[in-house]
Amino acid sequence: MSARIGVVTFPGTLDDRDAARAVRIAGGEPVELWHGDDDIKGVDAVILPGGFSYGDYLRCGAISRFAPVMNSIIDGAKGGLPVLGICNGFQILVESHLLPGALMRNESRHFICRDQKLRIENADSMWTRDYFTNQEIVVPLKNGEGNYFADPSTLDMLEGEGRVVARYLDVNPNGSARDIAGIRNERGNVVGLMPHPEHAVESLTGPTTEGLPFFTSVLTSLVSA
Amino acid sequence: MARVVVDVMLKPEILDPQGRAVQGALGRLGLSGVADVRQGKQFVIQVDGDLSGDRLALMHKLAEELLSNPVIENYSLTVEADA
Repeated sequence: MSARIGVVTFPGTLDDRDAARAVRIAGGEPVELWHGDDDIKGVDAVILPGGFSYGDYLRCGAISRFAPVMNSIIDGAKGGLPVLGICNGFQILVESHLLPGALMRNESRHFICRDQKLRIENADSMWTRDYFTNQEIVVPLKNGEGNYFADPSTLDMLEGEGRVVARYLDVNPNGSARDIAGIRNERGNVVGLMPHPEHAVESLTGPTTEGLPFFTSVLTSLVSA
Repeated sequence: MARVVVDVMLKPEILDPQGRAVQGALGRLGLSGVADVRQGKQFVIQVDGDLSGDRLALMHKLAEELLSNPVIENYSLTVEADA
């Protein structure tokens, strides 16, 4: 039986279909989860996909954080449930305080959409174990508020504990502190990522298929858990 | 009836790209000597009855947890009693 990976839809979510498709291509069973429902249907892991939940009103992710489904996800994440937040999902994870720091408006003030080179800095998380450390990949990036911020002591802690999951290479597209593209929590079950691996899982539509290991990694993690 | 005003501003050490864009526009429109612009948010909240005690404490908590993000923003809150 394949692992069941929940994909949450909030009002304004865009990338739930692509995330579900990536799960299916990786060999998992995607399960639709609804923001207004606190039942997460016993899934083995959760993806918070990209988009503009609640229209980015107030702050990106600020209102989604209080959606009924998030109560179950926050409790689950604290107990070890694998959770991946992509783009708006990453913003929801920092607003939920499952990950430290904040995502600010891009330094350039422009919305950026490009194929972005990244280095996987840490292959120890539940979402990156099918990469090797220092592997370089290219996946799409599209955001207006992807500028990662944390105070210097938090940044030092993240780097010191190997919790920077991915860094931007060649170009820092949004002004993120220390070129950070993604981070994980202490336990390694919660990962937030600004670029979009779910758009790089098929050669027909993606620049590469180098995003797929995020989705196979969690399946590997669940089997070995 | 009480009127609650919550002002939310980015912390001084945080870069404000929107404020910087406004600063540029003010200069282009002829206002010389604009040294800095910071953009914030103001919430004006009408509340039935008196806002004190536990309800005031909850208002402060929500100003900190919902209306602002303490990682990057500070808030200030004032309560005016309406006649």
